[in-house]
Amino acid sequence: MAIRRGRGVAAINYPTGMNLGGDPTQALVHSTPTGNFMVTLSSVDLGQGMKQIMAQICAETIGVPTDRVVIDTADTDTGPHCMGTFASRGTHRAGNAVIQAAKEARQVMLEVAAEELEVNASDLETDGQGNIQVKGAPQKSISIFDVALSAHFKRGRSISGRGMFLIPRSYPEKETGAMKPSTCYAHACTVAEVEVDDETGEVTVLTVKNVFEIGRALNPKMVEQQLVGGSWMGISHALYETTEPYYPSRDHGGTDFNQYLMPGPGDLAETEIIVLERPSADGPFGAKGPGEMCANPQIPAVANAVFDAVGVRIDTLPITPERILRALKTQAAG
Amino acid sequence: MELRKDYFADVRKDGLHEIGQGRPRLDSPGHVTGKTAYFADRNFPGMLHLKMVRSPHHHARIRSIDTSEAEKHPGVVRVLTAKDVPHNVYTILILIQIGPEDETVLADGKVRWKGEAVVAVLAETERAAQEAAAKVKVDYEVLPAVFDMEEALKPGAPLVNEYHGQNYYLYDSGECRKVRFGDVDASFAQADHILEQSYQSSPIEHAPTETTGCVVTPEGNDRFTCYTNTQAMFFTLDNASIILQMPGSKLHFVGGTVGGGFGGKVDVIVEPIAILAAKLTGRPVCFIYSREEEMQISSPRAAEKVVIKDGVMKDGRIVARKVTGYTDAGAYSRHSPYGAQKGAAHYPGPYTIPNVWIDTYCVYTNRTPSSAMRGFGVTIGDFALEVQMDKLARLIGMDPLEFRFINAYRDGDMKAHRQPTEGAALIECMQAASRAANWPVAEKYMAMSSYRKGV
Repeated sequence: MAIRRGRGVAAINYPTGMNLGGDPTQALVHSTPTGNFMVTLSSVDLGQGMKQIMAQICAETIGVPTDRVVIDTADTDTGPHCMGTFASRGTHRAGNAVIQAAKEARQVMLEVAAEELEVNASDLETDGQGNIQVKGAPQKSISIFDVALSAHFKRGRSISGRGMFLIPRSYPEKETGAMKPSTCYAHACTVAEVEVDDETGEVTVLTVKNVFEIGRALNPKMVEQQLVGGSWMGISHALYETTEPYYPSRDHGGTDFNQYLMPGPGDLAETEIIVLERPSADGPFGAKGPGEMCANPQIPAVANAVFDAVGVRIDTLPITPERILRALKTQAAG
Repeated sequence: MELRKDYFADVRKDGLHEIGQGRPRLDSPGHVTGKTAYFADRNFPGMLHLKMVRSPHHHARIRSIDTSEAEKHPGVVRVLTAKDVPHNVYTILILIQIGPEDETVLADGKVRWKGEAVVAVLAETERAAQEAAAKVKVDYEVLPAVFDMEEALKPGAPLVNEYHGQNYYLYDSGECRKVRFGDVDASFAQADHILEQSYQSSPIEHAPTETTGCVVTPEGNDRFTCYTNTQAMFFTLDNASIILQMPGSKLHFVGGTVGGGFGGKVDVIVEPIAILAAKLTGRPVCFIYSREEEMQISSPRAAEKVVIKDGVMKDGRIVARKVTGYTDAGAYSRHSPYGAQKGAAHYPGPYTIPNVWIDTYCVYTNRTPSSAMRGFGVTIGDFALEVQMDKLARLIGMDPLEFRFINAYRDGDMKAHRQPTEGAALIECMQAASRAANWPVAEKYMAMSSYRKGV
């Protein structure tokens, strides 16, 4: 009886969105009298930070700092339609809609600034700090604060925009299955290293090295929180979780966190995250949807590492000590 | 976390002002100091609590329901049964024309899974609602149940759901969603090795910190405000409008701050019955799942069975792959027909294989309906595919990572569902992983690229 060490690899891809059902999201953007920008949506923030990302996308597009943007979302009396937050679609779909709306608002903003500065709008640029200036002559400038005041009180303009993202619904061809189920794909490769106690069947995940290709890390700190959390969830799926431990029997299902097993902080592996960015052709600033994908590759990587350690295949999830011991017993008998 | 800017630098514009910056989240201080308001933080005078009477049987006919004792229980204001629900038989994907309607808001004549909602009790306190629910008498005639997908698909198996007429979802392509690409049988005949393996998963809970629920208030203007933690505002509003036969203009949904979703809050379960209760009582109504309900009543990730048959050559090329996937929908469709279809589009994984045959089935059994979860239609498939890849590599005596390089898809490669590959990056991920994990592969693989000239 011994502690045995093994490692396994898995490589995957993951689709963004759900074109098989049509996939619309709309957005509205308008400025306040003092040049702050309201983004109105009906998209839902599940805790992953959607509001923050939409604020950064709007800010980048209009050319103001992120703290000048306010997100008003998930009120059906004010927010235009969003299909929902699922299918790794939130950042991609809503982000595209916000860009389109923000571009329209930016154009009006530049037109008002052009009137105030008596130049052509096409000769203007934003400095990202809250000012609009003439290209090549930054000393000729006006603050966005003043532009918004002018639009509201003097010029009678609405600095606002409408945005929408829609991919036509794809209907699978009956006989061949030809279809366009999604847009861009995110990618990952994970190497997991485990120790398996061949006396108890217990698995300890020592390290998980994840490489994720996600199009564009719009906010790297938030990308990190999502990818690390996903990686932990993958380990949890591989080794711990189920509501029906003796599936297909319905018996012995857990009803609280005492019975439904998940790893605690001490059970989590040393986690390494490496991010590659190949911008997608159709995502906001090249972003793809890594929200779901990041929890997938750890499962087969751990399964393959268990085999590498003790030489038995567990092809049924979760990979419990009971399943490992039964397989070891069968192996020893055979 | 390490951002590897050296990869794909030629196709990326860096140096933006706000994008690419790790700005602190504006909502974090509220979350960590407990100031963020969730739907359950709403408390209205006179608010009623809704508790469900649930089926104790996996499959049974309802002979009769007697609510008289429950109605007399102190604090009980109203008891609802199927006849109170205007459009009781529904299915959520009807909004995108995927039917048939196959599920009841409150059971009518039959229950098809243990835990199915039968009667809703509204009372002044949670405790009174719970106690009264225990006094509802339902007379059941227990019917044979089926839990195993293979058993369910056999002739003569108990019929789970009469609205389908058979224990699988009928696609326009027949009993399964199909993908056909090349000629798998001819390629199997020529392959050096054939490996057929079967993989299985069990249902999984989303385990959000905040359980599913909503609070509904009747407003003075004949409208209803629903504070909810749904993941999809209008999807829920529009389905509620159908179920309640109430114009959407009467409904106002407020949400967007959710304590974890993971796909567990895209079914439309709590809102319609809570709005109906608010309408019939004229009082605010709160319906929140207990942790036990969240674990065993709300939809889990479907259990799946995946059978993969591969033909592989000694040089490492996979020449044919046949996948048969089974998704255990439980008793009702919810999002499962879509999940099985998404699986069909995902196989055979991120590899270029010239001959592919895929069948994915959505199967009905007498268990808690499954539905969307993070990685819907893909997660279990990836487990099966990537364990299979490991087995294939070892079968032909090849390093598992090098074996994947040989088969990895690249820009322009045609996928089985007939979309050309765009923006591939699998090879680069594997190269970075090779270095990070000190898992060396031959130099020719480290020199590969997802790019192809002219693509």
